[in-house]
Amino acid sequence: MKEVKITPEIVQAHGISGDEYKKLLEIMGREPTITELGIFSVMWSEHCSYKNSKKMLKTFPTKGERVIQGPGENAGVVDIGDGCAICFKIESHNHPSAVEPYQGAATGIGGILRDIFTMGARPIALLDPLRFGDPSVPRNKYIIGGVISGIADYGNCVGVPTVAGDVYFAEHYNGNPLINVMCVGQMRVEDLTLACARTPGSLVVYYGNATGRDGIHGATFASEELSKESEERRSAVQVGDPFMGKKILEATLELIQNRVVEAIQDMGAAGLTCSSCEMAGRGGSGVDIDLDKVPQRSKNLTAYEIMLSESQERMLAIVSEERLSAARAIFEKWDLPWSVLGNVTTDGLMRVRHKGRVVAEIPAEEISTAAPEYNPASRRPEYLDSIEVFDAAKFEAPDDCGEALLALLATPTIASKRWIYEQYDHMVQLNTIVKPGGSAAVLRIKGTEKHIALSADCNGMMVYLNPRAGGAMAVAEAARNVVCSGARPLAITNCLNFGNPTKPDIYYQFEQAVLGVGEACRALNTPVTGGNVSFYNENRGVAVFPTPMIGMLGLIEKPEHITTAGFKMAGDAVILLGRPATTLGGSQYYYALRNKIMGPCPALDLAAEKALQDFLLDMISQGMVASAQDVSEGGLGAAIAECAMLSEDGLGARINLEKNIHPAIELFSEEPSRIVITCRDYFASEIIQRAKKAGVPVRKIGLVGGCSLEIEGVCNLPLERLRKAYESFSI
Amino acid sequence: MKFGVVIFPGSNCDQDCIHVLRNVLGCPVKELWHKERDLQGCECIVLPGGFSYGDYLRTGAIARFSPIMESVASHAAAGRPVIGICNGFQILCEAGILPGALIRNQSLRFICKPVHLSVENSRTIFTRFEKKTLAIPIAHGEGNYFIHADGLKRLKENVQIVFRYCDKNGKAAADANPNGSLENIAGIINERGNVLGMMPHPERCSELALGGEDGLNIFKSIIQDGAR
Repeated sequence: MKEVKITPEIVQAHGISGDEYKKLLEIMGREPTITELGIFSVMWSEHCSYKNSKKMLKTFPTKGERVIQGPGENAGVVDIGDGCAICFKIESHNHPSAVEPYQGAATGIGGILRDIFTMGARPIALLDPLRFGDPSVPRNKYIIGGVISGIADYGNCVGVPTVAGDVYFAEHYNGNPLINVMCVGQMRVEDLTLACARTPGSLVVYYGNATGRDGIHGATFASEELSKESEERRSAVQVGDPFMGKKILEATLELIQNRVVEAIQDMGAAGLTCSSCEMAGRGGSGVDIDLDKVPQRSKNLTAYEIMLSESQERMLAIVSEERLSAARAIFEKWDLPWSVLGNVTTDGLMRVRHKGRVVAEIPAEEISTAAPEYNPASRRPEYLDSIEVFDAAKFEAPDDCGEALLALLATPTIASKRWIYEQYDHMVQLNTIVKPGGSAAVLRIKGTEKHIALSADCNGMMVYLNPRAGGAMAVAEAARNVVCSGARPLAITNCLNFGNPTKPDIYYQFEQAVLGVGEACRALNTPVTGGNVSFYNENRGVAVFPTPMIGMLGLIEKPEHITTAGFKMAGDAVILLGRPATTLGGSQYYYALRNKIMGPCPALDLAAEKALQDFLLDMISQGMVASAQDVSEGGLGAAIAECAMLSEDGLGARINLEKNIHPAIELFSEEPSRIVITCRDYFASEIIQRAKKAGVPVRKIGLVGGCSLEIEGVCNLPLERLRKAYESFSI
Repeated sequence: MKFGVVIFPGSNCDQDCIHVLRNVLGCPVKELWHKERDLQGCECIVLPGGFSYGDYLRTGAIARFSPIMESVASHAAAGRPVIGICNGFQILCEAGILPGALIRNQSLRFICKPVHLSVENSRTIFTRFEKKTLAIPIAHGEGNYFIHADGLKRLKENVQIVFRYCDKNGKAAADANPNGSLENIAGIINERGNVLGMMPHPERCSELALGGEDGLNIFKSIIQDGAR
């Protein structure tokens, strides 16, 4: 085969800058082959190397007494006691889904599942926070439909329930949707398996799907802005095979539980390159692999193509010679293609052979750890100074607050997501105790009294209005949601979705949001266990709302602490925990009903938030709380309406609002740190007294009862009208 | 009663069925791998839900050729109990052990939600219980039951229709039909009455913690019949 001559044009076409190429030459001590250049280009792509984000990510708090595995592995792991651990991670599949929604979303699910079972955990839940453009635009409609069926078809087939999500619609996501997928796995602590090749002589074993040309340069594709040309890059989008995904899931867990493998990693972004380099790099070893041994489904694949292919459902394991027959038995049981590619070496090199020649020889640790690191310029965006600021003295009040509430309940962002979650199997595995439709999902951990609560949240508009406060608010909201279900927040995973980081305005959003997320994590004692950064989320030069998506894990010690949002009993007192509202900044009232981004982002006091959450958990553990619901999009009005609609007995409520605030502000403000709870009326005075003692603002605002939502002097809406509005949107 | 739960590659409700039979009902349960032929002395065979062979080609179309299916067919032919749930029902139809076919839902979408079933025949070994309306969830993309006119006539003559989708008052109305099934059919038995196929998942509502126990009625009925 003729060797390709490396020209500056070829280097540039691989997205490698002049300085990066110099660094490459230094590491190699010679000119690279084309295969080596390809390997460098994917390993140093933004997606794999985090070169523009690393500096900021280091500011996250990552340690905690329950954290067994923090960032840097395939997923984070948190100890929940009883020898049990929860493994979880969130990832994005934004760019592939923008171009090919169905396969983009499906392979996103496949990839995040592999990250979890690779660690030795059985996936027990999926969450899918999604951000779409205006649903009335045909192209967006096509994306929405494709993404939802892609998630459904993969997750349903593999048999992992999709238990929660978080869906927003905003023009800023036109053409560049955010498809974030989170997977949660359950494991025995002793099954924890890392992607680290340590023992020289051990075998490098490939299993799963054969390799084809699909997805070549997927990782570099995910590191560019979307343009018209992106649509022509469909071949960079991979095709998912959920049946193979299910088989490698079962086979991998058998390999791990029977102690057959030393290390394991899936071939995700940058395929065989990334998995082999990283395993060797982490173990301080080398690998020697022969590409002729790779199962292939296309003819005449070049070494370059095999190394860079992102064909799905492929795994790479390190197996000792003695355990190979045990591994073979498992592969044969599951009818999986498999092959020994080579072995672990001591020289620290990743050596790749093809057709009898060495086509790449690269220091494994350097390429995976010495990726370039940048410190992009940051500048406070000008838009922040020109956003209109809410003024309570002269705001556009609705003619009728009741009609405004109905209109808000019907807006796609707030409306019921039943039309989505009924397409997902959310019950399989028999753990889903609190089903989708409320805020956090609650799953039981079979064989124990424990339950976990899961929530994924981020209000991108708030982050747009104030990146730092908005970042903190995302964490606070996610924590508040699990607290409302009776869980103590334990840890987070995050998916940081931003525009092009080389633009100073965008980098400012990123940097500030990361600081805000970190501050909230420290205040709420929820360390970051891992995550993913997705940059270049722009469409024709316009960036998405900065969206640091937070996936929160909470723990419920006893089943009797599980709390849901629906009203429970007529005569119960309705109590609002949190300060009275003062602003409609950042509200859906303005965004959805007035088509306006209204500032400011409301202030968040993290100490007050922590006090509020601790107080509610204390009241729940004492058995005094009947229901709890976080106030978020749509404000107190939407929160109370949801409590009524989620009531199994169809209970309404009669609410009295504060007299000295305009009812629209009190009803539709989206200020943080507010929770609506109900309790038996005879507990109300005690709860109020204790809240005051704990420094938590508190007010009894009404009583549960009747079959309408009556807000005294404002409106009286029968539940059927609320429901009709709430269930009115679907695609 | 000793149950055998068949596991095909792609089955994903196998462990759920095993959990209910073993941990909730206290029955001995064997896992039966699709490549085997030995039913290991199991008295009742369960074909669980899921996506055997990824539902590729057609739901159940490949699984029916698994070696274990020959033994399941003989077990059924000998008059011993078999229950196919969701994908299991689809496999039984593909194998010709039950009549009819399950085609794509009318909406062309997967649907996962609680539904109500009316018990149309209380004299089967699967339905000897008081309750006439059950709340049991469905989760399928291809649960739309179809059979030609002659076949439907025979089903009716032999009282083979066991469950119909209905509203909460037990009425099998058109708007209570979630997937377009002919005459709201949700579950049928074979002529001999020892093989049940049903799309809804009784194992998903066999514990109060999961929101209901109506599914237990079906399993308990099988167990009681075995004890007689």
